[in-house]
Amino acid sequence: MNQRLGIVVSGSLEGGVEVKLDSSVSVEDMAVGRYVTVEGKQRRFFGMITDISLGVTDSRLTLTPPDVSDPFLVKVLSGTVTYGTIHVLPMLTIGGDAVSMIEGPQPVKTVPSHFSAVNLASQRDVELVFGSEDEKRFHIGTPLDMETKICLDLPELVKRSNGVFGKSGTGKTFITRLLLIGMLQKSAAVNLIFDMHNEYGWEGSSESGKKVKALKQLFPSNVAVFTLDEESSRRRKVSTDFVVRIGYDEIEPEDIALLRQTLNLTELAVGAVYQLYQRFGRGWLKWSMPRPADMKDLAKTAEETAEEIAAILESLKIHEGTFQNLQRGLATLQRLCFLVRQASDNSVDRILSELDRGINVVLEFGRYTDITAYILVANLLTRRIHDQYCVRMEKAMGDGGAKPHPLVITIEEAHRFLNPEVAGRTIFGTIAREMRKYNVTLLVIDQRPSGIDTEVMSQVGTKITCLLDNERDVDSVLAGVSGKSELKSVLARLESKQQALIFGHAVPMPVVIRTREYGSAESYKDFMPAKDADKDIEELWG
Amino acid sequence: MAETDRVGEVIEASTTGLVAQCYEVYQSPPLGSLVKTRDESVELYGIVYHATTTSFEPGRRPIARGRDETTEEGVYRSSPQLLKLLKSEFSALVVGHRQDDQLLYYLPPKPARIHAFVYRALTEEVKEFSRSFDFLDILVNARLPVSMEEITAASLRQLSQACEDRRDFLVAAGKELSILLSGQFNQLKSILGRIGE
Repeated sequence: MNQRLGIVVSGSLEGGVEVKLDSSVSVEDMAVGRYVTVEGKQRRFFGMITDISLGVTDSRLTLTPPDVSDPFLVKVLSGTVTYGTIHVLPMLTIGGDAVSMIEGPQPVKTVPSHFSAVNLASQRDVELVFGSEDEKRFHIGTPLDMETKICLDLPELVKRSNGVFGKSGTGKTFITRLLLIGMLQKSAAVNLIFDMHNEYGWEGSSESGKKVKALKQLFPSNVAVFTLDEESSRRRKVSTDFVVRIGYDEIEPEDIALLRQTLNLTELAVGAVYQLYQRFGRGWLKWSMPRPADMKDLAKTAEETAEEIAAILESLKIHEGTFQNLQRGLATLQRLCFLVRQASDNSVDRILSELDRGINVVLEFGRYTDITAYILVANLLTRRIHDQYCVRMEKAMGDGGAKPHPLVITIEEAHRFLNPEVAGRTIFGTIAREMRKYNVTLLVIDQRPSGIDTEVMSQVGTKITCLLDNERDVDSVLAGVSGKSELKSVLARLESKQQALIFGHAVPMPVVIRTREYGSAESYKDFMPAKDADKDIEELWG
Repeated sequence: MAETDRVGEVIEASTTGLVAQCYEVYQSPPLGSLVKTRDESVELYGIVYHATTTSFEPGRRPIARGRDETTEEGVYRSSPQLLKLLKSEFSALVVGHRQDDQLLYYLPPKPARIHAFVYRALTEEVKEFSRSFDFLDILVNARLPVSMEEITAASLRQLSQACEDRRDFLVAAGKELSILLSGQFNQLKSILGRIGE
């Protein structure tokens, strides 16, 4: 049976309704983010508690408080002279009218009438709103203080770009891992994951240091682990499927433009790159890279080269200082061992062929955890994969052939790719804005959402937000959401672990979840074929 | 109606209240208790708010007689006529009535009749009467020679004795009062202070 909380006493559609709590209900039992239903005369409303406050009918009471040591007095006063109110934001109508009976929960367009009864939402109500687990919906967590499963419609989710936000250490990685598992299980999409910290491929670790299984261990036949750093993978005893090497000739001026800040290049130096590219084509980087030390020893060659260089720079009207600035920047790239003068195998083709077979690709960065390598590789590979996807999609549109698998690209530290300065230039900006039509979407993971371009942010379909406490970050995540100020108070009060606010395209209303447990042998059981999971549990208990 | 519950007879009546004289001196019902009287088909309920014991003759005040007695009883023993020269009266505020077997918490159409018998309400009747707190509204708004807080508290104390769960009754009554007296916290507090344990 539903637990009655109180009655609606005032409110508005925009600001939500004020509910006076019954005297039998303690304000201390209420929690922001909890679901309630409001029994209107014609409809049932489904909403969320967004604020809790205390009231007194007589203001003198606040100046001369009664003797609270008298339990009789306290009991009489509570709920009458002193009372609690909750602020409820109605979000959906469930049942009641014909449309919501047939088409399910509908967004609210009115408020419940005066004195409508307010109850705590039952498990059934929550199920009615968020659906139950089936072949499309993936169980991501439970609402606060309830055991009902909150499910995400994954085929719907991957149709748009999505974001996972939250401060460092709030569980972004765990949620992302769950989402990826969900996508693997329930949607037709394939994933390409740029795994900066080697957490999604073979195994990750929880904050307590406990090792948790990642995608490859759970779905060995559906996941391929690519690495940039073979040694690191070997040390971590991760079996990799392919070692990615990138040739100098694969790097284009756009890649360098994107790295302008991290490589500490001037605008002129970036301009010079485009000029050099025009002059040397794909060989531009090989030419521009600082010459290896052993070449400098051969004085003659070096001198000749120096003269040659000067002449070419002269002809291109590139100032020597600018070129030196460029070379200093490029020296950083030179230290990245996965960049080779000539790559023997084409990494992009390998990745694409895996994706074509429906295999998800995790690209581990090994020890190259600095942002330069990450931006360079992610941008470079994605740009070329994107080109391929465009071509194939257009072909499919032309001759009605098979469309490529929907692709979800996961990137971390997204504000580095999608900040207002570079969002217009990087491929990720383009994907976030328009690539939905080409079957490519992003899963953006970031801790500073305020750094992401607002245009990109507005295109993110579903946002999953762990605790954020920076005002600007909160504002940018909630930009354009109805009931923003209410959600703000919910967001600021999330626990720093295992809790997240989900809102946007894939959920009918904003929802605070306690993330599904992940990391124990039992928890893997739901993901893996039954036989493997039992074996796992046996191993654990001996 | 058992004769033993009869406490007196109406000697003055108005729409809002009645004065009754007791048959025996000092036999007036306790302050705040529920009494009833009948006027044809209507049964009136009142709450005792005032009681007096005075001399029969208004001009003749009793004089002190106990100088040579050792006990108070001794005074009455040596002057047995005294009890015949004194009278006890009580006043009750009409807080409801019963008509056609229905208990109504508002004033009856007509006041009580003079010489109508007045009875103390039985426990069962008190229980039935205290199922609703609508009578409190009349009580807290009445203009009486005794303070409203005193009478309200006394009546709740009296009524609560008939209830199985005395505390629950008092808490519920307190809540009702806090609505009636919203904005008058001092009065509420003094009533609550008089009914709390």
